[in-house]
Amino acid sequence: MSLFLAKRFATLIGTLLFTSIVIFIVLEILPGDPALLILGIDAQPGQLEVLRQQLGLNDPAWTRYWHWVGGLLTGDFGISYAYKVPVWELIGERLQLTIPLAFISMALTAFLALVLGVYAAANHNKTGDVAIMATSQVGISIPSFWFAILLILLFAVHLGWVSAGGFPGWGAGLVPALASLILPAISLAIVQAAILARITRSSVLEVMREDFVRTARAKGVSKRAVLWGHVLRNAMIPVITVMGVQFGNLIAGTIVIEQVFTLPGLGRLMFQAINQRDLELIKNVVMLLAVFVVTINFIVDMLYVVIDPRLKVHDV
Amino acid sequence: MSDWLARAVRHRSFMIGGILTFVLLALAFVSLFWTPNNPYRLNIRMRLKPPSLDYLLGTDAFGRDVVSQLMVGAQNSIVVGVIAVAIGLSLGVSLGLIGAARRGWLEELIMRFSDFTLAFPAVLSAILLTAIFGPGSLNSIVAIGIYNIPVFARLSRAAGNSIWARDFVTASRACGKGAFRITIEHVLPNIVPIIVVQATIQFAIAILAEAALSYLGLGTQPPTPSWGRMLNEAQTHVFTTPSLAIYPGLAIAFSVLGLNLLGDGLRDLIDPKLARQR
Amino acid sequence: MAALLEVEDLHVTLETSRGPADAVRGVSFALERGETLGIVGESGCGKSMTALGLIGLLPERARTRGAVRLDGRDLLTMSEGELCGIRGNRIAMIFQEPMTSLNPVHPVGRQIAEPLMLHRGLNRAAAREEALRLLDRVGIPNPAARIDAYPHQMSGGQRQRVMIAIALSCNPDILLADEPTTALDVTIQGQILDLIRDLVDERGMSLILISHALGVIAENTRRMLVMYGGRVVESGPVGEVFGRMAHPYTRGLFAAIPRLGDGRARDRARPLATITGTVPELADMPPGCAFAPRCDLAVDACRLAQPPLLSIGHDHVAACIRTDHTVGVPA
Ligand SMILES: Nc1ncnc2c1ncn2[C@@H]1O[C@H](COP(=O)(O)OP(=O)(O)O)[C@@H](O)[C@H]1O
Ligand SMILES: [Mg+2]
Repeated sequence: MSLFLAKRFATLIGTLLFTSIVIFIVLEILPGDPALLILGIDAQPGQLEVLRQQLGLNDPAWTRYWHWVGGLLTGDFGISYAYKVPVWELIGERLQLTIPLAFISMALTAFLALVLGVYAAANHNKTGDVAIMATSQVGISIPSFWFAILLILLFAVHLGWVSAGGFPGWGAGLVPALASLILPAISLAIVQAAILARITRSSVLEVMREDFVRTARAKGVSKRAVLWGHVLRNAMIPVITVMGVQFGNLIAGTIVIEQVFTLPGLGRLMFQAINQRDLELIKNVVMLLAVFVVTINFIVDMLYVVIDPRLKVHDV
Repeated sequence: MSDWLARAVRHRSFMIGGILTFVLLALAFVSLFWTPNNPYRLNIRMRLKPPSLDYLLGTDAFGRDVVSQLMVGAQNSIVVGVIAVAIGLSLGVSLGLIGAARRGWLEELIMRFSDFTLAFPAVLSAILLTAIFGPGSLNSIVAIGIYNIPVFARLSRAAGNSIWARDFVTASRACGKGAFRITIEHVLPNIVPIIVVQATIQFAIAILAEAALSYLGLGTQPPTPSWGRMLNEAQTHVFTTPSLAIYPGLAIAFSVLGLNLLGDGLRDLIDPKLARQR
Repeated sequence: MAALLEVEDLHVTLETSRGPADAVRGVSFALERGETLGIVGESGCGKSMTALGLIGLLPERARTRGAVRLDGRDLLTMSEGELCGIRGNRIAMIFQEPMTSLNPVHPVGRQIAEPLMLHRGLNRAAAREEALRLLDRVGIPNPAARIDAYPHQMSGGQRQRVMIAIALSCNPDILLADEPTTALDVTIQGQILDLIRDLVDERGMSLILISHALGVIAENTRRMLVMYGGRVVESGPVGEVFGRMAHPYTRGLFAAIPRLGDGRARDRARPLATITGTVPELADMPPGCAFAPRCDLAVDACRLAQPPLLSIGHDHVAACIRTDHTVGVPA
């Protein structure tokens, strides 16, 4: 493994450790007695004590912390306070919706942004560029959940092509399931694509000003071939950095978008957990999201190494 | 100065952004004294009425005037934006300036902490905070404000570092001025423009985040009108009265667009070199 | 027979922050097959814009006027597609900055192979073979191992050798070298110039060597142009120009060269160790002779109209009306 990746891997472990401590403090120590939360204000002191014993709440904080982290590592995510079922069962079921949704919207984001951004850069200051930049400025400014409502208005209310929300489940077949994810994916993707298209454009423009582009042109390579063969790969570095960040935004965005389309995904689970103050569930979902985000960042780092040979320094 | 003004007037996004932002502020200001109707008065007999002379954009499901709610909602958005940016600005810029002045492990610590905070999407951390402290307008403002701290910390550290490297700062140090005085006298005044630009952009982001939280019911609570919650309530009636779902969204979009354009315009006007690159 | 390359009244107009401005204002010269030509002048006098103008690689929104004829065909009116067939194939160029002139994400072998595949239609394997030979020829040690190296793994001198290999790959008729050694260590500069000269001799290429240093031009080319303010102010065979130095600007450049025993020389020479003043901004170019504001010999007539190129000797011209005070007067 390259030195760069080794360092990044160490950062990944460090970040996860730190995150877990923060989450633990914020969700287990600050809010007060979980037993009271579960049983409610009018619980008998005796009942409370029994539950505390059961949940191990009388142990010192660090024991509880290690118990939690140890559980996570062995796949034990605890029991939801509100649903009284293992958290992992709840999450696993919801992930079947949220993961495909996140990936579809990320793919859509990347596709739209790259096509529009590269086109705009290649036609710098021409009509197409100006139009794309103006549109993306608007795209950045609209709330994704409002865009979602507009899509519902158009496609569900006005045209009646799709239903206004809900998810039939994968059991209903691939086509109906995917169909119900299309509008949510578009709503999530549109804002992120607007941002990413602007980043792509400015990155491509910047690379086009580099000396090596002139060298390639002096070799007799055409403008278009230089763009594809020399510029794009160099321009991708800031683009994938932003894509990594956006993946996190998309996952967070599912909380709102799943609410708009009443989709039974992880975001909606999280939202319900907040309303029910199901801290055990929240704690584990947030940790899971943190793992997602950090892992995506690590994948981005690996992509850097693929793209940029200067990072391929061998041997630790 | 007049040269700057002349360029400002000719700058398209600056002018459009400025006008939109002015309209937002003006509407909020007027609503402090006057609205066409009482935005809080429920009137079931007048529910879901189409536009009329009394109710220019019609009424919502509780018979409240949409125009009046939108105007008071502007107040709400501005308050959230101002406070959230103020939190991030005061703490973030202080941290950034300390980092720039002190370098070494303190700077490193501040930056690592910023990276960590920024790795979490704003909405996620805001939701997390409301999960603990309960929904409410104050909690959502604080949550958005906290997210702004690392944004300003990183920016002012980077800008501060470049000022510290300049000759006139080296000269002041040679004269025996302390780090605190140099920061106040030289560094801070020089990074103000770029911070103003970022504040405009963060203001826009705060409006968007507040709208999302209020839409989820985690932000501004009834009966205070807020654009996000208006959208939430409108969605129930999207099949019968779709227009209700349009106006609050337009209000958000125009405000955010205005602030974004204003920020971009300011950046161009402050640094024309950067402008040409983008 | 006409010359290989004929440049006639070349103008280059650039878009600057203060509006359009002429960076090159009427440069003419001819280059025979196998001839070596030097272009010298202070930084900013338009040397690079002339070179880039020849092969149509000017910055965005730049415009050209005049004619650049290669074998009688005007490159300035050629389609972009046709030009691509000439760049890197018949006219190749080496740039000043070896550190940034190579693509950081491609191995050097691939960058050398690219023009071979493009212009000569070689397949990947054949192009790689040829790239290997070229790397060897430009003096990269152990080419078989270095062919897969990335630019960041090489020194500045080696990267410039790679640039030369790229330029050579298709056996061009003309090699355009724009300050090829300016960014390199002094010890490396000589090696690179020797390499370029050897290759030019060996392959019978024509060379246009651009430099701000008179010494580099004197040692490596037969004929030279002295440029100032976007114009040719003096041109001729290197020996002639150095021997007679008709234009005050050429004399200034010469006097500015640091020499051994400079201390004693200064006692008797005129105090022109550096040329006073700076090159005017493009938008502020004075009418008349651009050098007049900095020139000791300038008279009113110099400031009124651009002096024509006057013949000084065989094939030797200078754009100066005061040459009676320069030619034959020791610098
Ligand atoms: N991209 C550009 N835009 C505007 N002006 C330029 C640009 N590149 C060069 N110039 C100006 O053109 C003139 C000639 O530049 P150049 O040909 O690069 O000089 P040199 O003789 O040093 O190679 C200079 O005054 C320079 O400032
Ligand atoms: Mg040059």
